Amino acid sequence: MSLDVNDPAVRAETTQREAPPSLPPVRPGALRWNDVAVFLGASVSSLCLVWLVYERLAPTSGALGFVICWVLTFLLVYWIVERELEGPLVATDRLVAVGIGIVAVSLLIPLVSILVYIVYQGLHALTVSFFLRDMTGVGPQQSAKAGGAAHAIVGSLEQVGIALMISVPVGITAAVYMNEVKGNLTRPVRMFVNAMSGVPSIVAGLFIYAIWLLQFHHSFSGFAAALALSILMLPTVARTAEEVLRLVPDGLREASLALGSPEWRTTWSVVLPTARSGLVTAVILGMARAVGETAPLIMTSFGTQTMNWNPFSGPQQSLPLFVWQQYQLGGGAQGAPAFLRAFTGAFALIIVVLILFVIARLFGRSKLSAR
Amino acid sequence: MDDASGVATSTQDDRGPRSISRNRTRADRAYRGIALAGGMVTFVVLFLIGLFLLVRSASAIRVAGWRFFTTAGWPPFLTEHSQFGIAAIVYYTVEIAVIALVIAVPVSIATALFIAEYAPRSLRRPLTSLVDLLAAVPSLIYGLWGFFFLQPKLIGVSLWLNTHLGFIPIFQVTEKLFRSSPFIAGVVVSLMVVPISTSVMREVFSQTPQGEKEAALALGGTRWGMIRAVVLPFGVGGMIGGAMLGLGRALGETIAVAIIISPILVISPHILQSGGNSVAAWIALRFSESSGGLGLSALMAAGLTLFLLTLGVNVIASFIVSRSRSGSGIEI
Repeated sequence: MSLDVNDPAVRAETTQREAPPSLPPVRPGALRWNDVAVFLGASVSSLCLVWLVYERLAPTSGALGFVICWVLTFLLVYWIVERELEGPLVATDRLVAVGIGIVAVSLLIPLVSILVYIVYQGLHALTVSFFLRDMTGVGPQQSAKAGGAAHAIVGSLEQVGIALMISVPVGITAAVYMNEVKGNLTRPVRMFVNAMSGVPSIVAGLFIYAIWLLQFHHSFSGFAAALALSILMLPTVARTAEEVLRLVPDGLREASLALGSPEWRTTWSVVLPTARSGLVTAVILGMARAVGETAPLIMTSFGTQTMNWNPFSGPQQSLPLFVWQQYQLGGGAQGAPAFLRAFTGAFALIIVVLILFVIARLFGRSKLSAR
Repeated sequence: MDDASGVATSTQDDRGPRSISRNRTRADRAYRGIALAGGMVTFVVLFLIGLFLLVRSASAIRVAGWRFFTTAGWPPFLTEHSQFGIAAIVYYTVEIAVIALVIAVPVSIATALFIAEYAPRSLRRPLTSLVDLLAAVPSLIYGLWGFFFLQPKLIGVSLWLNTHLGFIPIFQVTEKLFRSSPFIAGVVVSLMVVPISTSVMREVFSQTPQGEKEAALALGGTRWGMIRAVVLPFGVGGMIGGAMLGLGRALGETIAVAIIISPILVISPHILQSGGNSVAAWIALRFSESSGGLGLSALMAAGLTLFLLTLGVNVIASFIVSRSRSGSGIEI
């Protein structure tokens, strides 16, 4: 039997059947005002309760304890209310969702706190001469505005630059081996790269000290620091570059090979140019890691108070090392000139890291939108 | 078919099909050789690190022998007859790492679940970037912030733990000095561990098969029920591997610990009390005083121990992540 949908009687019947008596349709994922009200109500009521008990009745004080008690009370109140309204199953689900959300969002607190604290402390002694002068003849007790970190900035630039020149070609070659050549040793190489990324920075410094200074009898220099930094950058560059190469579509490789070009030409002229922006991201992430490393520099570039333009001879300063030495001079006394200088250096360092990070993200985004 | 092509076919039939060479050209062999060399650099560097640290630490190991691992002291000037060893230093290194993991692993699991399952799709990339930014902050900055900003706040927490949970042995103190304790160092290190473990766990969680998740929801499970029944069992390997990678990072943390801790060489179980140590921080702090001779050699031996420890932890971690069912195709 076929139904004629144009028949008014049939149409009336189907509409009647489709419309249930009066219940509105339920959208399980939709936001309901009811839930929002429960959430807000629980947070406000727990805030009031905790304030009453914590601040007025119990002999407790302190912001940290207050927040912890508030969060715990809130979770308890929220769970009880949801249990009354929706039953235990839904209550547990909501409780876990809210708890996980609170933990994840609270990760923002240290990040924001670090940025605000370093910027706040760093601005005290920040002057233009900080970027123009070195520390020649500046004693630890002199005003924090005397002297500067120009020698450290120059050293950081040169050391990271040399480290880039070493680790980028090697890292990208290793990535090409892991993703393009795919020889018999791909799995071991990948394992070595992973193992190398876990090498503590201090061990890299000790190693360069043992091989470059003790074995080959060179002196402290910026180049030795660059060698240690390149050990730390290499795995970061290799791993990120491999991930980027994996995003290059196989069709491009096959098209190039089918046109008769050899493997090296396919990699050189097709794969690497396609992945260019991603490779830049890999390099910048490696830089961001290297520029803040302090420990290996103690035993490789050693640090100095004067400007040293030549990275191949004599001790050289760099930004993290400058901060570390000024911190040690200050001896943990807040407000001392050395303390202020350390924080000005830390401010410059974190600005550099932030800029590198943002550039890396921008390149990463353009790669995504191109896909 | 026209005449010309017919002729062409017949001549080709005479010569047989063109043989395709499977041999690579010389340029291609060079290319593969260079790429292999680039890959093997990592192996060579790892090997050389082990070799040179071993060579340089030989004289200290000859003096101390196996007692190097069981002695707690480390006098300022080492001679042929002094008793020195890294027992206390390794003990505190592991203690700080364990404290860091106890805090970081639950936080990492929650953050990874939030990014992979709870957060709206549009928030996922910004949240991932934020976690990565936490990883990009230099260790030195963490140390300064932890020492000057976080420490005064954590002393209150230490006091509270000591007063109310003091019956637990590790929360006891012999004197009420709460600055520069392993607990404070552990909290700061945990912030550096969270981004690493979170990124591994997030990647593993996001690889959970969509079909199984939808099946759990279609059977009437709540979101938490679905996560407990599908996502967490699927991600066990990633969670263990991520935690172990974090352990590797925590063991090798240098400058932040060196800033916060006040080094001692006596093993004490009181985590809230001032004084602790770590292999990496010890090397950084003692290096300038031990120029040459036995002292330097002993530091090299400590560095070798740290290198082997972190290498072992990292290799096991990457093995677990890559071998677990969940981690197939994920590189850490």
